[in-house]
Formats: sequence, C-alpha cells, structure tokens
Amino acid sequence: MFKDNNLNVEISVETDEVDENINDDKNVVLETQELTKKFGGLIAVNNFNLKVNQEKISSIIGPNGAGKTTVFNVVTGIYQPDGGKVIFKGEDLVGNKPHQIVAKGIARTFQNIRLFSNMTCLENVMSGQHCRGSAGVWSSVFRSSHQKEEENRIREIAERRLHQVGLWKFRDELAKNIAYGNQRMLEIARALTTNPDLLVLDEPSSGLNDRESEDLMKFLKSLLKEDLTILLIEHDMNVVMGISDWVIVMDEGKKIAEGFPEDVYNNPLVIEAYLGKEEEEEL
Amino acid sequence: MRVFLEQLLNGLTIGSFYALIALGYSMVYGVMKLINFAHGDLFALGSYLGFTILVLGTAYITSYLGLWSGMIAAMLIAAICLAVVGTLVERIAYRPIYPSGRLPAVVSALGVSIFLQNAIMVVWGPRPQAYIASVVPSAYIKMGEIRITLLQIIILVMSFLLMGILYYIIQKTTFGAAIRASALDRDTAALMGININTIIFFIFALGPALGGTAGVMVGMYYRKISFVMGWNYGLKAFTATILGGIGNIPGAMIGGLLLGILEMLGSVYISTAYKDVFVFIVLILVLIFRPRGLLGEKIAEKV
Amino acid sequence: MKENTNLKHKNIFIKNWPIIILIILLLLFPLTGNNYFIDVAFFFGIYALLGLSLNVVLGEVGLFDLGHMAFMAIGAYTTAILNTSFGIPIIILLPISALAAAGFAWLVCSPIIHLRGDYLCIVTIGMGEIVRLTLINNPFGITGGPNGVFGIDFPSLGSFFMIDSSTEFYFLIWIVVGLTILALINLQSSRIGRAWNCIREDEIAAEATGIDVRYYKLLAFILGAGLAGVAGNVYASKLMIVSPESFDFMESCMLFCIVLIGGMGSIPGVLIGAAAISLFPEVFRAFAQYRMLIFGSAMVMMMIFRPGGIWPRKRGAVEFKSLLLKAGRDDV
Repeated sequence: MFKDNNLNVEISVETDEVDENINDDKNVVLETQELTKKFGGLIAVNNFNLKVNQEKISSIIGPNGAGKTTVFNVVTGIYQPDGGKVIFKGEDLVGNKPHQIVAKGIARTFQNIRLFSNMTCLENVMSGQHCRGSAGVWSSVFRSSHQKEEENRIREIAERRLHQVGLWKFRDELAKNIAYGNQRMLEIARALTTNPDLLVLDEPSSGLNDRESEDLMKFLKSLLKEDLTILLIEHDMNVVMGISDWVIVMDEGKKIAEGFPEDVYNNPLVIEAYLGKEEEEEL
Repeated sequence: MRVFLEQLLNGLTIGSFYALIALGYSMVYGVMKLINFAHGDLFALGSYLGFTILVLGTAYITSYLGLWSGMIAAMLIAAICLAVVGTLVERIAYRPIYPSGRLPAVVSALGVSIFLQNAIMVVWGPRPQAYIASVVPSAYIKMGEIRITLLQIIILVMSFLLMGILYYIIQKTTFGAAIRASALDRDTAALMGININTIIFFIFALGPALGGTAGVMVGMYYRKISFVMGWNYGLKAFTATILGGIGNIPGAMIGGLLLGILEMLGSVYISTAYKDVFVFIVLILVLIFRPRGLLGEKIAEKV
Repeated sequence: MKENTNLKHKNIFIKNWPIIILIILLLLFPLTGNNYFIDVAFFFGIYALLGLSLNVVLGEVGLFDLGHMAFMAIGAYTTAILNTSFGIPIIILLPISALAAAGFAWLVCSPIIHLRGDYLCIVTIGMGEIVRLTLINNPFGITGGPNGVFGIDFPSLGSFFMIDSSTEFYFLIWIVVGLTILALINLQSSRIGRAWNCIREDEIAAEATGIDVRYYKLLAFILGAGLAGVAGNVYASKLMIVSPESFDFMESCMLFCIVLIGGMGSIPGVLIGAAAISLFPEVFRAFAQYRMLIFGSAMVMMMIFRPGGIWPRKRGAVEFKSLLLKAGRDDV
C-alpha cells in the first residue's frame, strides 16, 4: 500500500482493500481470479485480478503489450487461460466457447473493427440476435409461424438499435461502405443487439476525432441506464477520465494500480509504466 | 530384409521426386499464399519435354553424347523450358488476380491446370508415351543381395545435389533470407526494400524448373508417362509439402522423402491397391493433428 | 410489415425477369421432342442441383470444398447397391441416399471442420480421392470395382407411376431443382442463412457475436451433402449404371467453378454456371480436342475480368436509395 502525500488517498496495488471502499453496496458482475495466460515462453497475463461492478464503467489502461486485449480474449472465450478463473454472475466461464459466453450475457467489440463487410448494416446488427433465436432448418425452410414471428422480433430489435446509434439511414448500405466512425458505432450496435449484461469494448474511441469521441462518451454513459455494465480498454485519456467510474492499470501482464480516475492519473507507478523511469533515479 | 531395403531405396527415389516437386509448391505458397494447382502439370510437361528431346536426339545421344550426358542434357533443357513456362503462367494467369483474393486465385490455378493438361494431350496425344529403352541407362550393381540400378543412384545423387544447392541458397545467402522474409510477411518485406518481383520471378522459375527435372527423372525411372500424371504426382507432392510444413523449404524436402518411404511401405505391407488411400489418410491425419507439419511454425492469428 | 413483404415479393419477380423467362422455357422445352437435347437438359438439371448443393457450403459459408462429388457418389452408390441387391424401390431410396450422404458428411467433416481455408481445401480433395479409390477397389465386393454397379431400376410407384422416359426424368430433376431453390431462398433470408454469411465474412467476429461457428459449418456440409445425395439417386436411376470415374476430382472442380463463375452465394448465378458447364461441351463439340483448352483459358479469363462471377449476389441498397442518400435526404 502506498500513501500519496499530495492527495491523501490510499492507492493499492493489491486487490482487496480498495474494492471494499467503493464496492460494498454494489454487485460484482465480472471477476477474474489469478488469471494467467501464456504464449510459449511469454506470460501475457500474470495472475490478474479484476472486479467489475454493475452499472459502472470500468476502464483498463496500460502501455501497448500490457496484456489488456489478451484479458478480453480470455474473458470472452477466444483463449483458454493457463490458470485462474473468470467469474461472471457467479459462474466460472472458463471452458466455454465464445458463442456460449455471448449467450450468457457478455458482448464485445474489437480493437480493429470486425464487421461483416459485405453484408448490410441491418444484417450486421441482426446477427446479434442470432443467439436469442431458435429457428432451425425445418422451420426456416417451411417458414413456420414461429419462425416468422421470431424474424420479425429480430428485425424490430435490430432496427431499434440502429436507430439508437443513429445509423438507421445506412441500414441497407454494405458495412464496408460507411465511414470509419460509423463502423465503430455499428459494431457497438451489433454487440448491444445480443442483449448483454456486460459490454466489453476494445479501444472504442480509437481513430475517432474529438467530436466523435465526445458523442461516444455520451452514448456509453446513456447505456448505463439500460442496466448495462461496461468494461473498456482505452488509450484516450479524455475518455478514461471523462466517463470511467473505475480505472485498472496493467503493465507486462500484471495489475500495477487501480482506483478512481484522478488518483490513477497521478500515480507515479502508472506514469512510470507509460513514460519510463525518471533519469534522476539512475544516478 | 532384402525386399525391405530395396523398397526403402525405391521409396527414397520416389520420395526425391515428390521432394523436388514439393519444393515448387512450398516456395510459391510460402511467399504468395497461393496453392499452385498447375504445378503438378508443369512437372508432367517436363516429363513430356524430356521425352521429345530424347526421341529427337536418340541417334545423337546413342552415338555421340552417351546415355548419361543425354540424360543431363534432357534435364537441363527441360528445366530451362519449364522456368520460362512457369514465369509466363505467373505473369498471365496469376498476377492480374492477386488483388481479387484467394478464391479467384484457386479457380485461375485450376484453369491453368486444365489448360496445361489438355495442351499436353493435344500436342502429344491421349495415349501414354514411353521413354525409349535405348536412351535410358539400365546398368545396375549389386551390393550383397541388394540390386541397385545406376539410374537410382544418379537420380538420388542429382536430387540431393539440387536440394542441397537450394537449401544453401535459401538458408545461407542474403537472397535466400529475402525469400524467407517474403514468405513470412510479404508486405513488410517489400517495405524493407526487397524487390518482390525478383523473388516472384525466382520462385516461379526455379520451382517449375525443379519440377521439370523431376519429370525427366520420372520418365527415365518408370519409362511410361501419361498426361494425367501431373494430377497424381501433384497431389502427392502437395501432401509432402503439408507433411513437412508448408512454406518451409527443408520441410518440403523431408516431407517428400518421408512420403515416398511411407508410400512404399504402405504398398508393401498394407496393400498396393490402397496405397494412394493410405497416403491421403496420412495427409488428413497430419492436417488434423499437426497442421503446421513437421518443421512448420505455429501461426497464431492476432485477434 | 405485411405490405413490405408483398412489395418485396413483387420486387423479386421484377428484378429476376430473366429467371422467369428461363422457367417458362424450361417448362416448354420438352415439346421439341428431341431426346438427345432433353437428356442434355436433364444433365443441366443434375449440375444445377449439384451446384446448388455446393453453393450452400462454398457460396454461403465460404468453405473451400473440392471433393463434393464424393457426397454424390455416396448417394448414387447407396441407391445402386440397395436397389440391385435388395430390390428397394428407387423412390424410397431417394431420402435414404440423401441421409447416407448427409451422414457420411457428418462423420467425415466433424474432425476437420475447424481447419483453415486452404487446408480444408486439401482435405476435401483427399476425401474425394479416398472415396473414389475405395469404390474402385471394390471393398467387400459390393461396389463392383472400376466397372461399377449396373442394372438400376427406374423410379416407380407400383405399376401406375413410372419415370422411364427422357422427358419424365427431365421433369423429375427440374421439379427437384425447383423445390431446392425455394428451400434455399427461404434459408438465405433466415437466421441460419445470415449466420452462414457472417461466418463467411469473418469467422471470429461471427463466433464473438454468438454464432456457433462449428455447428453451422457442419450443418452446411450436411445439407450440401444431402442434396448431392439426392442428385446421386436421380442420376443413378437415369443412367442405370454407376461407376467411380463419374465422381472424380475433375467433376468436383467443375462444381467449384459453377459456384464461382456463376457468383458466390447467388442462386441465379449457380444456374447460369451449371448451364455453362453442361452446355459448354455441346456447344464446343466441333472443336473436340481443343474445347478443354478453351475451357481452362475461359476460367482464367473469368477470374481476371470478372472475379465476382457472372451474376453476383446482390446485397444492400437498391440503387435509387443510395442516390437519395447522396442527395442529402435523411428520412429515407
């Protein structure tokens, strides 16, 4: 535990103490316990402990290569961890395939946008409802009434989400043809259409200009009202400071700090991770 | 025991054919990420060219050059012709398609394969042809109980020599490093100043040239050639490529030799009729359990 | 919502008028009375059905399947063997052959379904060859070796209903094709069709959006195999003979080309591709030897100049809507 004399706030590099300060009355939606992931000899994620609270926006920050996206990939089932647990709504997710995890309520976006380029925006968003439907081959071929109802429901939900992100007018455009900023929003819309409890966004403001980032921040904050919890990876400090309720800092696979945005911002360990050691200390 | 050793030798010989052809597949796939379906037919073309050269030059060879020089000459000429054809194929049928993606490239390669196969049929006729006995060396020696033909020895020596030279170029020269770099990441290699066109020229000239040489050797070894042999050898050579690790040059060599031995063992100890099935099952098992092959590297996709 | 559906149906008819013309021509065609041409049209139908079956795997999902004829072979031989050895009627064998082919696909594709594009391609080639070679080698004496199985019946229901003339087979195959097209159109615009297309576009994104990629890939293969098995059944009873050489790699290549040249995922495109492949040898009969040369070069030319296919699948904004957007109207 370190005491920062300027701010008189305790900042911890261990998990437990800080969590108790803000998390007493809130539920923990997602928790990782001693999460570890190795690639050959490289330990990308090293005994990483994380707690994400309901209806809050938590951000994971850290220099490139810190292991942030790897954590996301393990949480969403793309990688299997070499150790540790991922507890979501009380259940250990390890061993589940990504599509199963989506059905359980975690939806994600990617650092490098991954849309279905040659499909329309509406079709992209509709795919989000796939895991909430059940029509099989027979009912689809013969257009049973159950299937028709389900299709209408899927379409309605998708259309609502498209309206919500402001992309309704592009519904019949191919996803590859719309502007970059819109593609980011489309990916978020697709994730939202899966009816998630937790939204996991990997650098959502990457490539956006200031105004687009502002709009994104407002939008993400508005999502909290839908009983949604958000976990971000971000590099843009405006976004981190602007909307985060809680910030976790990673470097070299480990958590090196966590706390309220302002505290983390001034934490010397965090600054050192990004900028390197001060030269004075080498003397 | 005698049978086993002779078959082993047989397997090594066939294996070196597969290896020489496999090198062509490996180089092209490694750098261009393209399965050159036409490569097998280029090998067949080499075989037929060798046939024509030897037929045209029979008198010349038996009187002046001698059998061995005749064989070398045939291989050389076939190799040069194939180098030309190979680069032409790349220019005409593949280069315009690179921007269109992998699927059009597959169709184009198939189209070239169909074209070449039928071109051979049109030029040389649909019936199988035979390398005339008089231009094929038939001497053999006996080591203990085992019978080894001089042809086998020459083929093995030549194959290993060619493979050795290629190995040296790829692993020990700067140019070889450029080829390996292009195979790992073509765009970055280009950005680092490597002239990709030169690399492409090299792989599309050398690969078919080696295949053509193998074609002449096959013609001499089996004496009978048909215009569908490109398909058969091509698929097996591709199996060898996968076995060794696609994109890996030493891997292609080892894969080829191994496959030849496996095929021979399969035909002796399992069944001759099912030996091809055996080879394909090996292929499928490798792809299921070790898709990167013996020497290939694990390629993780960045998410 | 209902109005939109009616409008959409109308649009389909208007947009695809060449297909309507084609259907009318197909119906009237047998009136020419020339059995030779009717047989050619029958094989056009077989290729169309095969092309549609491969389209599910290659066109919708984007899986490189170069061994598809193996599924047809399984269907054809199932029909042939069960009919000649046990006298089971052809009509009953139609669903059985489809199931046999589908079952084979499930068995054989399950362990390899996760393989990456090019590798899957090679494995399917290998599978095709394994099936063909096994059939040639006459295991347990049931497949008749290189000569195959002969003496297959016509489809019949007792003595009232028999399909034994060229014209009747022609209508049989084209009715099957017609039903298949309707089924596939419905699938295309369903949750399943969307899932397939998402997988084709980006597997990882599809999985991350909640689609069970493995299941749907396997489903595509099973469905495609089943349809190919049906084609095998009809083919076997028409020819009355099946032999391994009808199901070789070159034929699988032809199917591959049908889907690609017609336009991936596009049903009209597949029909055009099938027409091209089956009518091509007829048109170029005069050139005899040279026709495969022309065919091979045509494939290359197609890929150079029109890699999207002759009739690519249309997706997205109707033209005038895009124009409206460009003109600045937001309420479209």
